[in-house]
Amino acid sequence: MTSTISPPSGPRQERGARRDEKAGASGHETRSRPSLRAKLGALDVKVSPYLYIAPFFILFALVGLFPLVYTFIVSINDWDLLSGAGDWVGMENYVAELNDPYFWNSLFNTFSIFLLSAIPQLIAATFIAAILDQNLRAKTFWRMGILLPYVVTPVAVTLIFSSAFDEKYGLINNFLQMLNFDAVGWKSEVLPSHIAIASMVNWRWTGYNALILLAAMQAVPRELHESAALDGAGAFRRFFSITLPGIRPSMIFVIITATVGGLQIFTEPKLFNPSSSTLGGPNREYQTTVLYLWDLAFNRGDFGKASAVAWLLFLIIVLVGVLNFLISRSIASTNGDRSGKLNRSDRRAARKSAQQNAQGSAQENSKEHRP
Amino acid sequence: MSLKTAPRPARGNVAARIKPGRKRSFGLDRRPGFLTYGLLFAFFLGGAYPLWWSFVTGSSSGGAFEGALPPIFPGEAFLSNVSEVFMTIDFWSALANSVIVSSIITISVVGFSTLAGYSFAKLRFRGKQGLMVFVVATLAVPTQLGIIPLFMMMKQFGWTGSLGAIMVPTLVTAFGVFFMRQYLVDVIPDELIEAARVDGASMIQTFWHVGVPAARPAMAILGLFTFMTAWTDYLWPLLVAPQNPTLQVALSQLQSAKYVDHTIVMAGAVMATIPLLLLFVLAGKQLVSGIMAGAVKG
Repeated sequence: MTSTISPPSGPRQERGARRDEKAGASGHETRSRPSLRAKLGALDVKVSPYLYIAPFFILFALVGLFPLVYTFIVSINDWDLLSGAGDWVGMENYVAELNDPYFWNSLFNTFSIFLLSAIPQLIAATFIAAILDQNLRAKTFWRMGILLPYVVTPVAVTLIFSSAFDEKYGLINNFLQMLNFDAVGWKSEVLPSHIAIASMVNWRWTGYNALILLAAMQAVPRELHESAALDGAGAFRRFFSITLPGIRPSMIFVIITATVGGLQIFTEPKLFNPSSSTLGGPNREYQTTVLYLWDLAFNRGDFGKASAVAWLLFLIIVLVGVLNFLISRSIASTNGDRSGKLNRSDRRAARKSAQQNAQGSAQENSKEHRP
Repeated sequence: MSLKTAPRPARGNVAARIKPGRKRSFGLDRRPGFLTYGLLFAFFLGGAYPLWWSFVTGSSSGGAFEGALPPIFPGEAFLSNVSEVFMTIDFWSALANSVIVSSIITISVVGFSTLAGYSFAKLRFRGKQGLMVFVVATLAVPTQLGIIPLFMMMKQFGWTGSLGAIMVPTLVTAFGVFFMRQYLVDVIPDELIEAARVDGASMIQTFWHVGVPAARPAMAILGLFTFMTAWTDYLWPLLVAPQNPTLQVALSQLQSAKYVDHTIVMAGAVMATIPLLLLFVLAGKQLVSGIMAGAVKG
């Protein structure tokens, strides 16, 4: 990479020279100008592409990649916030973390909150998208309305929900008690706190993801719906046999971005209960991995172990991403069989709908190869 | 689907999504009934109610509604709560910090992404494929996990507490480059660039007079989302400049300040939401079409 972006410094001067050349060229050097100009032009063509991508690559290497790589170096040292780099300890920090119950606790909390937010959110987003994917009046209004929570920042969302989930005076416990239920320990019990935090994520992101899925639904060819309807398929049947398979690539996209974001959740658990002296609840009920990392690094000053946690989380995110990809690919490849079975079992579907199905899966396949 | 709300085609496949000549036939395009609008309205209420509730709480005087159902209409204490907010945190300088940081990040990301995206989309150079693969591969890399060395760097340079330190890690994004490249590859005909070159324009002049005008719609979308992302960021500003807070950090300090009533915290949350609500009112349509066109980021 560096070899391709090193040239820029020279050519910049060249181009400056060229401008001078142009300015003073009117008189005496008329004859030699064309060749020099052509040379500079060729250099311009050759070097400019690298010049244009250089700022991105240089900055990204400095503030994106280098810190990530350097995290690994910190993680194999006994590194302290105050005293700086200590002894080289090899994999010791990793071993220590993998044997630390707090680390596993944070991982459990992260995945629990992630699942509690991702699954209901995906179902709700698909449902909302299906509702929006109709011939509505005031389309833009409804789309904007569904997106409204997205403009509330996570910090504000957490303050609002933290107040609503307050155990003594909160809106939700008040309401529960009015209905003669017991108050729930939203901030002191494991599952309730996870549900509360997941609800913040769900509230902010469901509408956003619904719009992505809506765009995908609108890309499903209308003709498929039309001929399925001709063959007597009802709205539900069409939704499960045409719409859902059609939006699978976008679904995968939503799942992967939700995974990368969800496994790094920080703001919501950080601010959920400011009166707790331990980050992430009195007994770490909702201490997520990034929160644990933060605590380890900036409260306890153990940069070495915190970096080990960062790398472990990095590997987990990559692993989950790859798993997602493989699973979604295997679903995609079995899709052909499934539509075949559907045809056989469906008595009403005559030759026409079989054709339609084949066409549909062909289109789907081409769509899946697209990105 | 009406073309009015449809996004400009950001990628090739989006163009295929927009079918102006959709035929109306046997009920598929029938106007939906009350159930649909009822459900949508319920979802809208679910989205809007927490905001409304925070305003109602933020406008009541402390302890006014313990034990009972929350009032539906706001009280009269909003302004006094807000002045309490102003006394607890330096709201205006935090707002100014947020505006400065988010704007500079946006300009930087959009500028560098357009430049690099144009190069990847329209110019020929050796190593292009490999470098583009690299950009795509880094899309899903959680760079946030590099905060420890980044923090050490900022400390080393003595930048902690400065706005510069807040901006530095997000001055470029792989997503931006990828997004601009996807847009420009379809939008600029190669002939146009060749024509400009034949007319004697230098590479940078061609970029400026052909590339940038064509890229403008995508630049606007990318800018909008970059601004939102920078504005909402919390972890890094909290770590590197708590003494010079952005709006999000200041807001969180409001919550942890001692002896602060939660009505005041809510008033602060409302105040901090107003800028983005304004943005939503002004550019909500663009946000919607941007998300639908794939200007998405987790």
